[in-house]
This record gives sequence, C-alpha cells and structure tokens, in this order.
Amino acid sequence: MSASLRKLRGSAGIAGIATFGNGETPGFTDMEILAQSARAAVADAGLKMSDIDGLCTASVAASMWTMPVIEYLGIRPTFINGTMLGGSSFVAHLLPAMLALQSGQCNAVLVCYGSAQRSAQFGRKEVAGSRKFLDPQPYENPYNPLLPLSAYALIASRHMHEFGTTRRQLAEVAVAARGWARMNPEAFMRGALSIEDVMNARMISDPLSVRDCCLVTDGGGAYVLVSAARARDLPNKPVFVLGTGTAVWNRQVSSMDDLTTTAATASGRAAYDMAGMTANEIDVVQLYDAFTINTLMFLEDLGFCKKGEGGAFVENGGIAPGGHLPVNTNGGGLACTHPGMYGIFTVIEAVRQLRGICGERQISAARTAIAHGNGGTLSSQSTAILGTDDVL
Amino acid sequence: MENLLGQPVPNGVQTAYQELLNSGRFMIQRCNHCKSHVFFPREFCPHCGQSELVWIEPTGEGVVYAVTTVRRKAEMGGDYNISLIDLLEGVRMMSRVDDVSPDRIVIGMPVWARVTVTDGQGLVVFDAVKAQEVLS
Repeated sequence: MSASLRKLRGSAGIAGIATFGNGETPGFTDMEILAQSARAAVADAGLKMSDIDGLCTASVAASMWTMPVIEYLGIRPTFINGTMLGGSSFVAHLLPAMLALQSGQCNAVLVCYGSAQRSAQFGRKEVAGSRKFLDPQPYENPYNPLLPLSAYALIASRHMHEFGTTRRQLAEVAVAARGWARMNPEAFMRGALSIEDVMNARMISDPLSVRDCCLVTDGGGAYVLVSAARARDLPNKPVFVLGTGTAVWNRQVSSMDDLTTTAATASGRAAYDMAGMTANEIDVVQLYDAFTINTLMFLEDLGFCKKGEGGAFVENGGIAPGGHLPVNTNGGGLACTHPGMYGIFTVIEAVRQLRGICGERQISAARTAIAHGNGGTLSSQSTAILGTDDVL
Repeated sequence: MENLLGQPVPNGVQTAYQELLNSGRFMIQRCNHCKSHVFFPREFCPHCGQSELVWIEPTGEGVVYAVTTVRRKAEMGGDYNISLIDLLEGVRMMSRVDDVSPDRIVIGMPVWARVTVTDGQGLVVFDAVKAQEVLS
C-alpha cells in the first residue's frame, strides 16, 4: 500500500447516520425511502441538505441512479460517485469519498440508499427476469440456478466438503443473528429461533434452507462523511475511518478460483494495512450476511479465525450475545433488514456501536469496529475499519 | 455473418461457442501463447493477454467440484442439480449432472460431458455414467 493511502487513516469521519422504513413500507418508492434516510442523516450530522456537495449512491435497478437522486435531493454536488458493486457499494464509496474530501473536491459527502423491494409491484422476480437480458450471465443462466442463492449454496457445499463444516454450524449463524435482533427495536424478525428451527426449515438450494437466507425487506440508510477536523465540530460523537479497501476478482461463482477464499482477503488486508491494525484489535464486527455461509467465510477471510475454522468459531453461541466476538449486533441481513443491498447498514450499525447508542445490545467501551460489505455472489468485497477518537 | 457489402465477418466468441454447441460440438479455447485452457470463451487470453486463442475439443472428462440441489415442486418438474465441474483441461464451468437423481451427485464424482440440443439451442450437461462409445 502506498504511503499516501496510509495517510488517509483517520482523515475523514462519519458525522451523521440514519435509517428509514426498515421492514415494510407499502406505498413508498425506492426514492422516497432514500430521501427520508438522506434527510435524517444530514440532520443527524447537524448539517443542511444545501451543505451536501458530494453524493454517492447505487441502485439495483436504475443504472443512472445518481442523476435522479441529485435531482430529487435538490443538490449540486461537485463530487459524484455511482460505483455499483452490488451490496458492498456503500462501503466501497468510502475511499473515493475520502480522496475527494482530502483533495478539496467537496466538503460533505452523503452516501445513501433506499429500496421498496419487499412492497414494490415490480419485485424481485421481475428484476431477476430483466437482469437476464440487461446483465447477462450466458454461461450460467441456461442451467437455471437460483441466483444469487444457488451460488452461495455451491460455495457452502465446498466449504462443508473441504473443512467438515456442518449445517448445524450454519444454523448457529442464523440463531446468533436472531439473538441480536431480539435486542434491536429496529429489527424486522424478532421472534425466537432455535438451531432446530433452522435445521428443519424448508430447503431451497441445498445445503441452504430458507432460514439460512437473508430477509427481503424495504428500507433505506444514509451516512454523511466529512473531514476529521469538521467531524469534531459537529454535534455527534465522530467516528473516524481508519482504513478501507475494496477487491473484485470475478462476477460469476463459476469463475472463482477457489470457492472457499474470497476477495475479502484482499479488501481486508488493504483496510487493516491502512488502519495499521489486525483483527485482534477489533471490538465489534459487522459482516454482510446475505446467507449464513457468508458470516463463516468473512470471519475466516478477515482474520478472526483460520481458514476452515469458521464453523467451530461460531459454535455454542460464539458470535451470539454473550459470545466471544460480537458479530452483526443489529441482527444483520438475516434478522434485521435486507432491502436488496445491505452494505450501508454494516457501516451504520458500526457507527451506532462506536457512538455508544445501542441500548440493550451495546458493546461496552467499543472503540473499533469493522464493517464488511459483499456484492454479487461473493464477487465484490469491501472492508472498512472505523474507530473513535481514542484510537486515532 | 456478412456485412452490408456481402463480405463475410467473423462472429464474436460467444456466438461462435453457441453455434458449435447448436451443431452438437462442445469446444473450449486454448491459448497458443501461454498454453492455458480458457473457459468461458474470451476475445483474448485472460492469463497472458495475448489474442492467440484457438478452439479445441476437450476430452469431456470432468469432476464435480461443488454441488447444490435446487428444490422445485414436482408439478414444476421436481428438484434439479446445479454443479460446478472441473474439466480435465483445468477449467471450471457451471452445468448439471443429468443422468442420476440430484441426491446422488457428490463432490469428487467423475462425470462426462454431453451436448443436448433443445429447440436448436445446444447446452453442455454431464453424465455420471460414461456413454458407450459405439453400440455395435
């Protein structure tokens, strides 16, 4: 990593965060959910929408999404980034935003997302159908895999084969997520869930059952990034970006060199390198859990345990409330929210934990957090390490 | 294909691959520069960057690298297999193992490629039991 990238450590801070409409918001459009999230995040930062001169956003459906968002918010940004890497996008927006702030291209960047996926008329089925034409995968689509689900199922099959990972260990991930969700008033699924419930759930694409899959919800989220100096002058306790990195090696699961090692090894290395930290120094962990296998693989690829030991790591409530590592303290995509792309919520929950505003689920004295986004079918990986003033 | 002047123009490799399949032939690419095999078809070699890819006929032998059964209601056609197959030539592809029930397909199983043509569209599937070469 270049010395100038390392100098970005702590140069920017997240001053405002918000979510809107998580769960079900019938009657709202993607844009309306985004706008409510954006407005609330800007207010949380102690700023006005007219202070926003940098904009990052992405949409599952609209390929030119930055333009209608800028129009809707009524802003004239000098920095615009529409990087679309699937669910990891809103973590991947951090590095270009930090560079833009450092260069003086802009002074306040709004990163925002909204989706009415659960309630929309033009739903997942139609989006999946259109994608076959607009975003073809001609060497996979003819076999009718349930994408993205079947890709993760193939990956899980390989992880089980190579390392002896079991369905029970995958179920531990879903049960841990639900345990956290039960302490989060914002979470969509807060009912009790047992290992047996997951093991006996309807199988969709072996070895993944419906309870190994993330939710389908509506919802939006936004955060505001400013220079570290400015973040200190704004009302909320600032949370600084210590390191971040993004990596993509492939799009299709059939093009992965090794199904059990993801590009998170590279995005994580870049983020740790910039932060000058290791996994041992992370207090709170937010991982994009589109499926239970993701959590195991990201724990491995981001250095919280050795490759192949993710299953053992989560056993006996290892990542549940009271376990040895707090992972997905909002309930994650499995139990809190998953409006199409979840990445921004890893950042928002990390900031909430570092601000110390998480109530019952608060990790005491949390000073560092990792937020990890995933996109496609374990295709794009983006990692951010955040910290309070104590670790700057 | 021809251009407006009636001159022949070559197809892109995706069309060329599919036309071979439609005629019942499964071909993959090999790079004459770095000698790597390439799948899926590319306009240039993703290993060395050179444009020296030629079509070769793979042996058709493969091994199941990863496997899933997509659950589907019986009235919709029932459960079906999706596998990632490693070919002897060192490339990987998505396909399905077609001649045994999905619950019998396991990682490490040897399989053999076969081209099916449905409504003129060729598709590579794999069999767990090698087809007889010639029935005499």
